[in-house]
Amino acid sequence: KERLAIPVQEMPTQDPAARGKNVSEVALGYGECQARLEAERCLGCKNAPCVRGCPVQVPIPRFIEEIQKGDFKAAADTIKETNLLPAVCGRVCPQEKQCQLECTVGKSLKSIDNAVAIGRLERFVADWERENNKVTVPEVKPGTGKKVAVVGSGPAGLTVAADVAREGHRVTIFEAFHKTGGVMVYGIPEFRLPKSIVQAEVDILKKMGVSIETNFLVGRTRTVKELMEEDGFDAVFIGVGAGLPKFLGCPGENLVGVFSANEYLTRANLMKAYDAEKSATPIYQSRIVAVIGGGNVAMDAARMALRLGAAEVHVIYRRTRDEMPARAEEVEHAMEEGIVFDFLRNPEKILGDDQGRVTGMEVKKYELGEPDASGRRSPVPIAGSEYIFDCDTVIVALGNESNPLLTKTTDNLDVDRRGRIIVNEDQKTSLDRVYAGGDIVLGAATVILAMGEGRKAAAAINTLLK
Amino acid sequence: MNRIISKKQLSADVYEMTIEAPLIAKSRKAGQFLIVQIDTDWGERIPLTIADADPAAGTITMVFQTVGASTHKLAVLSPGDSVENVLGPLGNPTHIEKFGTVVCVGGGIGVAPLFPIVQAMKEAGNTVKVIIGARTKELVIFEDRMRKYADELVIVTDDGSYGRKALVTEPLREFCEADPKPDMSIAIGPPIMMKFCEKTTAEFDVPIMVSLNTIMIDGTGMCGGCRVTVGGETKFVCVDGPEFDGHKVDFENMMIRMRSYKDREDRDHHTCHIGLGIEPHAAPGGK
Ligand SMILES: Cc1cc2nc3c(=O)[nH]c(=O)nc-3n(C[C@H](O)[C@H](O)[C@H](O)COP(=O)(O)OP(=O)(O)OC[C@H]3O[C@@H](n4cnc5c(N)ncnc54)[C@H](O)[C@@H]3O)c2cc1C
Ligand SMILES: Cc1cc2nc3c(=O)[nH]c(=O)nc-3n(C[C@H](O)[C@H](O)[C@H](O)COP(=O)(O)OP(=O)(O)OC[C@H]3O[C@@H](n4cnc5c(N)ncnc54)[C@H](O)[C@@H]3O)c2cc1C
Ligand code: SF4
Ligand code: SF4
Ligand code: FES
Ligand SMILES: [Mg+2]
Repeated sequence: KERLAIPVQEMPTQDPAARGKNVSEVALGYGECQARLEAERCLGCKNAPCVRGCPVQVPIPRFIEEIQKGDFKAAADTIKETNLLPAVCGRVCPQEKQCQLECTVGKSLKSIDNAVAIGRLERFVADWERENNKVTVPEVKPGTGKKVAVVGSGPAGLTVAADVAREGHRVTIFEAFHKTGGVMVYGIPEFRLPKSIVQAEVDILKKMGVSIETNFLVGRTRTVKELMEEDGFDAVFIGVGAGLPKFLGCPGENLVGVFSANEYLTRANLMKAYDAEKSATPIYQSRIVAVIGGGNVAMDAARMALRLGAAEVHVIYRRTRDEMPARAEEVEHAMEEGIVFDFLRNPEKILGDDQGRVTGMEVKKYELGEPDASGRRSPVPIAGSEYIFDCDTVIVALGNESNPLLTKTTDNLDVDRRGRIIVNEDQKTSLDRVYAGGDIVLGAATVILAMGEGRKAAAAINTLLK
Repeated sequence: MNRIISKKQLSADVYEMTIEAPLIAKSRKAGQFLIVQIDTDWGERIPLTIADADPAAGTITMVFQTVGASTHKLAVLSPGDSVENVLGPLGNPTHIEKFGTVVCVGGGIGVAPLFPIVQAMKEAGNTVKVIIGARTKELVIFEDRMRKYADELVIVTDDGSYGRKALVTEPLREFCEADPKPDMSIAIGPPIMMKFCEKTTAEFDVPIMVSLNTIMIDGTGMCGGCRVTVGGETKFVCVDGPEFDGHKVDFENMMIRMRSYKDREDRDHHTCHIGLGIEPHAAPGGK
């Protein structure tokens, strides 16, 4: 009863007006007092429904109990039993659909908004540990002489590298980009996930003896086969992500001013185009931006466009707020920042001037019909509702499909109709000693699911190399 | 880290640079390219074709024209320095086969990427006719190298200061009119040149391959920034190309897209000239 009376601790954020002009982190995180107060709200349920909601079964009541006791280091270690990137997950997990959805407190208080803020607590202990230099490098067993190649340095790859290196195997991560972290560095913006946090995780891997080869495109620089047959790798993990942007397939999609969210965000994040003085990579100067889509990718692109100086940013989404796949917190933050949401709309075509530059879109209105296979009510076009929307930039954020580069250059690697690698329950592919996980298996999914698959794959690789 | 082994200035604004990249030297094929970035934190990622490679020495050679800020910054590096990031080999290799007679057209800096193709086409048993085009004598590159492999070599300059005073399409038309007419043609150069080569060969039903030079970032098919319309479909130059059937390419759209960042590029070009203390000069875009 007493615990239920404690209000949810709101996380402080940068003022919406100020943050629309910088790329620093929006959510500022709990202080110690706030974290302990929030931790007090947890009932320590014996059946721990929250744990069932977490894809990697973080021992939630146990780590929160450590916070209650004030032992933040123990809390961090507890989380890391199953989740290697708590500073990342605490920030980007869709908690309201996972751990917090199941929380007893939220259910008793009849609102998901009242659930214990598990993600914020997770973030707090991970930040506390890092900021106080309390991060311990996991113990590495004596060398086995076995070599494992990890392709891709996103959350899946980083997880595999850590778990396999711990067993004493020599791990090399191969990454196509010049920086490590996958979508965490090229897609998710600085204002939501500071790059230094991802870098800190990679530094730990290096301390564990993991080698990192950037600028290495497996399939081109070397093939999977060459890595195994000529370079002596005993096993390979493929964690190359989804990374193939979807476009609208409507007229005008190749006009100047139409971007995939991947391109826009890569320019802004990885290439740091937000700093126009220092960065050599240009970014499009926009006045009115239309972002098409309703997921995290769309929120990130919209909020980035605002920070890059657009006067007006619209999110154009076919359904309504309730159906948006984006994290609730990001939608809220976007609304606070002044992003305009045009629900039940979809572009029919993109219009341009005689210079081939975007001048607007023809947009059609929709209404919600019957629920479709996904359980969401499907959008139905309203005949004759088309109108012209003026804008100079269109960012397509409809998600990603599987990038075929690696799968096409690897013989006998089975993929499904949508190009996703087919794996068994151990994450093993159709090739011997080759495992895969993350977005390349799941289709565009989440950081935590990618890590979950990484853990499974690592366990299987460790068994294989015993 | 890719150490620079040698650097040579081939003409007023064209440099040849050989760098260490053992794995790329081993796996690259004619027609493939690199993404090069000079400075990990702030540098731009730019595509450059692999003009040559020496697998034994573990080196690759790039030939580039200083057209803007990034190429200028590359040009001022010296042997012993390193190019921080080099990714490759990217793109699909040129389709090499014994076609019979092949006409290869290179314009400006496009002559460099054309060279490995000429080499490979000759080695595959083709009769290879080469056309090199440049604005002026100063800018003609790779003449000697081409001569080694070409069965016929025609040089044209815009101002007639060297070779014939003509555009590349003139000798191309003559080769198309000849008997037997070419079984295949390839053009690499500024988009406008490729566009007119396409028009010329179309009249004679001669197939033409063009190597496109759209704006790129990742070079791995992840961003879609390099997309072009080919035969009414959207294609990514970095992974579906860089070579395409020239008769199907929408050159107008491609040229427009290549000017996407013109304002910003001009500004940077200007500041970089001041920064590097280089005399400004008019530089045409393209390969
Ligand atoms: C803009 C955006 C926002 C997102 N927001 C969230 C969020 O808030 N919460 C959340 O949980 N999820 C979010 N996601 C999804 C999440 O980021 C992904 O599900 C997750 O990163 C997938 O991890 P991964 O390890 O499978 O691959 P990735 O993170 O995609 O990493 C793959 C890496 O492999 C490299 N690579 C690819 N091919 C090769 C090759 N042939 N050789 C070498 N390297 C290669 C790539 O360069 C990349 O670095 C977001 C995604 C995007 C794009
Ligand atoms: C597959 C491919 C192979 C190429 N091979 C060569 C080569 O062997 N030698 C050579 O000199 N040039 C080559 N280019 C062109 C070269 O990439 C550009 O000249 C270079 O990026 C210009 O950069 P900059 O900063 O110096 O000039 P900027 O002033 O920034 O740009 C000048 C022009 O180059 C183009 N450009 C700008 N940024 C990029 C980019 N990131 N990617 C591609 N084009 C861009 C634009 O059309 C622009 O107007 C190639 C391009 C492609 C796509
Ligand atoms: S990893 Fe994600 S889902 Fe699991 S407890 Fe942490 S925030 Fe919740
Ligand atoms: S369900 Fe909620 S209250 Fe219960 S243990 Fe989990 S976090 Fe605590
Ligand atoms: S350069 Fe990004 S997809 Fe081609
Ligand atoms: Mg440039």
